[in-house]
Amino acid sequence: MKTKFNNSIIKVEDLVKKFGNFTANDHLTFEVKEGEIFGFLGANGAGKTTAIKILCGLSVPTSGKVEVAGYDVYRQTNQIKRNIGYMSQKFSLYENLTIKENIRFFAGIYGMSRKDIRIRLEELLDRLKIENLKNELIASLPLGWKQKLAFSVAIFHKPKIVFLDEPTGGVDPITRRQFWDMIYEAANNGITVFVTTHYMDEAEYCNRVSIMVDGRIEALDRPQELKKTYHVDSMNEVFLKLARVKN
Amino acid sequence: MQKASIIVKDVTKKYGNSTALNGLSLEVEHAEIFGLIGPDGAGKTSLFRILTSLLVPDSGMASLEGFDVVKDYREIRKIVGYMPGRFSLYFDLTVQENLEFFATIFGTSIQQNYDLIKDIYSQIEPFKNRKAGKLSGGMKQKLALSCAMIHKPQVLILDEPTTGVDAVSRKEFWEMLKALKKEGITILVSTPYMDEAILCDRVALIQKGRILSIEEPQKIIVQYAHDLYSICTDNMFDLLEDLRNFSKSNSAFRFGDTIHLSVKSGFEKAELVHYLEGKNHEQIEIGKIDPEIEDCFMELMTDENKI
Amino acid sequence: MKKFLGFVKKEFYHIMRDPRTLLVLFGIPVAQLLIFGYVVTNDIKDIKIAIFDQSKDDVTLNLSNKIISSGYFILNENLNSINNIEDIFREGDVKEVIVFEPGFGQKLIKNGVAHIQLIADASDANTANLIVNYTNAIIQDYIRKENRQQKIPLQIEPEVRMIFNEGLKSVYMFVPGTMALILMLVSAMMTSISIAREKEMGTMEVLLVSPLRPAQIVIGKVIPYVVLAFINAITIILIGYFVFGMPVKGSLWLLLAENLLFISLALSLGILISTLANSQQVAMFISMFALMLPTLLLSGFIIPIENMPLILQWITYIIPPKYFIIIIKNIMIKGTGFEFVWKETLVLVGMMLMFIALSVRKFKIRLE
Repeated sequence: MKTKFNNSIIKVEDLVKKFGNFTANDHLTFEVKEGEIFGFLGANGAGKTTAIKILCGLSVPTSGKVEVAGYDVYRQTNQIKRNIGYMSQKFSLYENLTIKENIRFFAGIYGMSRKDIRIRLEELLDRLKIENLKNELIASLPLGWKQKLAFSVAIFHKPKIVFLDEPTGGVDPITRRQFWDMIYEAANNGITVFVTTHYMDEAEYCNRVSIMVDGRIEALDRPQELKKTYHVDSMNEVFLKLARVKN
Repeated sequence: MQKASIIVKDVTKKYGNSTALNGLSLEVEHAEIFGLIGPDGAGKTSLFRILTSLLVPDSGMASLEGFDVVKDYREIRKIVGYMPGRFSLYFDLTVQENLEFFATIFGTSIQQNYDLIKDIYSQIEPFKNRKAGKLSGGMKQKLALSCAMIHKPQVLILDEPTTGVDAVSRKEFWEMLKALKKEGITILVSTPYMDEAILCDRVALIQKGRILSIEEPQKIIVQYAHDLYSICTDNMFDLLEDLRNFSKSNSAFRFGDTIHLSVKSGFEKAELVHYLEGKNHEQIEIGKIDPEIEDCFMELMTDENKI
Repeated sequence: MKKFLGFVKKEFYHIMRDPRTLLVLFGIPVAQLLIFGYVVTNDIKDIKIAIFDQSKDDVTLNLSNKIISSGYFILNENLNSINNIEDIFREGDVKEVIVFEPGFGQKLIKNGVAHIQLIADASDANTANLIVNYTNAIIQDYIRKENRQQKIPLQIEPEVRMIFNEGLKSVYMFVPGTMALILMLVSAMMTSISIAREKEMGTMEVLLVSPLRPAQIVIGKVIPYVVLAFINAITIILIGYFVFGMPVKGSLWLLLAENLLFISLALSLGILISTLANSQQVAMFISMFALMLPTLLLSGFIIPIENMPLILQWITYIIPPKYFIIIIKNIMIKGTGFEFVWKETLVLVGMMLMFIALSVRKFKIRLE
């Protein structure tokens, strides 16, 4: 990779989040660099979703310092929300609106001007070669297309960071790769990508990955380095090694 | 010869104008783990619902253990265990209450079939008084499987049981399926994970409501028709596009930290190196590799899409 | 049978685990009854009236005395002219003016017809209505006791609901109505929502694939709500009795049996709704608009059926709560036996059988 990642766009220091007696995030410390694809891995229930909610300004940490796009998650959640995009497997687009209506709606939420929306909408339809589908209801599209569109919508307002929560769950291998082509393109355009996945081959596509186990980050490095450290050939084995210890 | 456990013959199912299943046929042997692989919307869930007697096919026939899925639906419902795409558990009931409930409606009890589910259930038993809604994804899945197994079904039908479940839990899940197979249970399972396909006895690739191929996973790999190379350079972002534009290239897909390039006949490694150097790539590494199951499926799927 | 009991047990768990359901089931009925009982209906006592007697004969004096001595009214003043009526109302003390026409007694005896004018302060419409009805009832009572065959035509329509209600307490009208409303709400809405929830969560798929029969699923769903609705009915009767002094003059057993019948009817309606609705939201809206509103507006609960336009009066014939309210009033207030309510009961039984038949036919054994 030629690109250098210098500036930290997400800074997390000693982040703790507790629910009653249960510690979901146990002193997390990490940084995500501007323009990087950051893989945020962990078993179900390891605390990933909790951390993402905090980073998106939806939840307040119990303690610790968290800065996203230069804004503080305690006080400046509105600014944070304006500078990020979010997409998850569970919520993507409104099924009973058309492609065009969805894009207009979400772009409108972020306060984009009508002119900007029109120009970028045409760009997008052209790039995805779906000009003829723009008035189709989302419900009529295959899952793979929904996910690709949801991603396009999440970065439509050109956020600094986009959070992707299991974006490729249940998607076939070809569509998954097309999806990752889009992620690469976004990263190439300077958008920082923060992504969770259960597909370990996708972990290899990331610039750096962290692996969370029981609320703590057990490992954080480039995939090549992690494989070297744990003397294995694939991220799958790294993951199994780390997560298995606790089980 | 004993009849197959699951028989599907020429089944067609339409919803309005769209065809979910288009003359689909397959047979699954007793105590076989049969994988069904295909993109979303290929018709997997429709097929499962027909086999569990929840849907009636427009034409064709299907049977489980000799029982017709339309006529003998009462019998079907006694012998089949079904895990729908979403974990169908009662989130406001505890782990144990869920299991007890499913045991009683199938006319059995936890004690009676405890041996069968012991391996799976013992892992979640420490949390038996926790509400099912508060379990993590992996635990929900184990509970859902326990619930689907509790009446000792002869046929187990699992619709994407591992979607959204982490790699560790998935691995354990497949170990359980193997144990169930030893009990003589026929298992029909769909999955979007190609690494799970290799664990099946046989897999069927399904697309647009039709079966593209049914094979043992090893055979699918052997049948892969092209030479395959694993390639990486210092500029992975441009590499994919450059490889796809290479004249001898058949297809190029990202695979972890390398790109798998399937090539046409007459491919020379030196030619590719020269080509990539011309595109300003450095630290070029090219190695011939054996295909993985995922390579094979993508090949089959792209072939199908070209038609 | 064991399967079935297991199912019922699960339903009880669902209800008991959800505080909101419990609140709807028990909090709302009690609150509703108290609101209707205390706020909406204000019983009248010591209402100040004025009398303008242009006849001053034996009949008008007797009638005036009877009205004043009823305990509901206090005579504020005797008027000598009708011109200052508005001023009297404006002062705010007098709520009703009773005007006897000249030669009242004579006309009554000779023609069998005499005119009396009841003028009420309608700035509080509800109270005015009540006052007029009370006065009217006293006058009717007087005529009855005088044992004359002639009627006195009044300018204000008699309130029919008052006829059997000698205590003239308005809460009597609200207890049967509230009962119908609450039983409808609990039974129909809660069952339809709970079946729709199984569809929404995807658990219905597994239930259908199990050896449970559709009838077992339906009845299993319904039983907990029969029990709960029945407890509700008893609670309402108890509150009516102890808080509002509403008697049960007829047979308690008959009353409970009729309640059970109505609950079953409401439940079969709920199941029918759930076969139409695929989500909890839809189930709730259908219940609200198809059941709650007609129960409130077209059953004679709030608006007397006699006061409705003719078309609406016809529609009330297909509103089950109408029959239920008639039955309950008969049993509780008039103390009549089954021989007087068998027709209404029969209508309810017929409706119930129809809804059950419809919902069993519509309940799918498959997903389509």
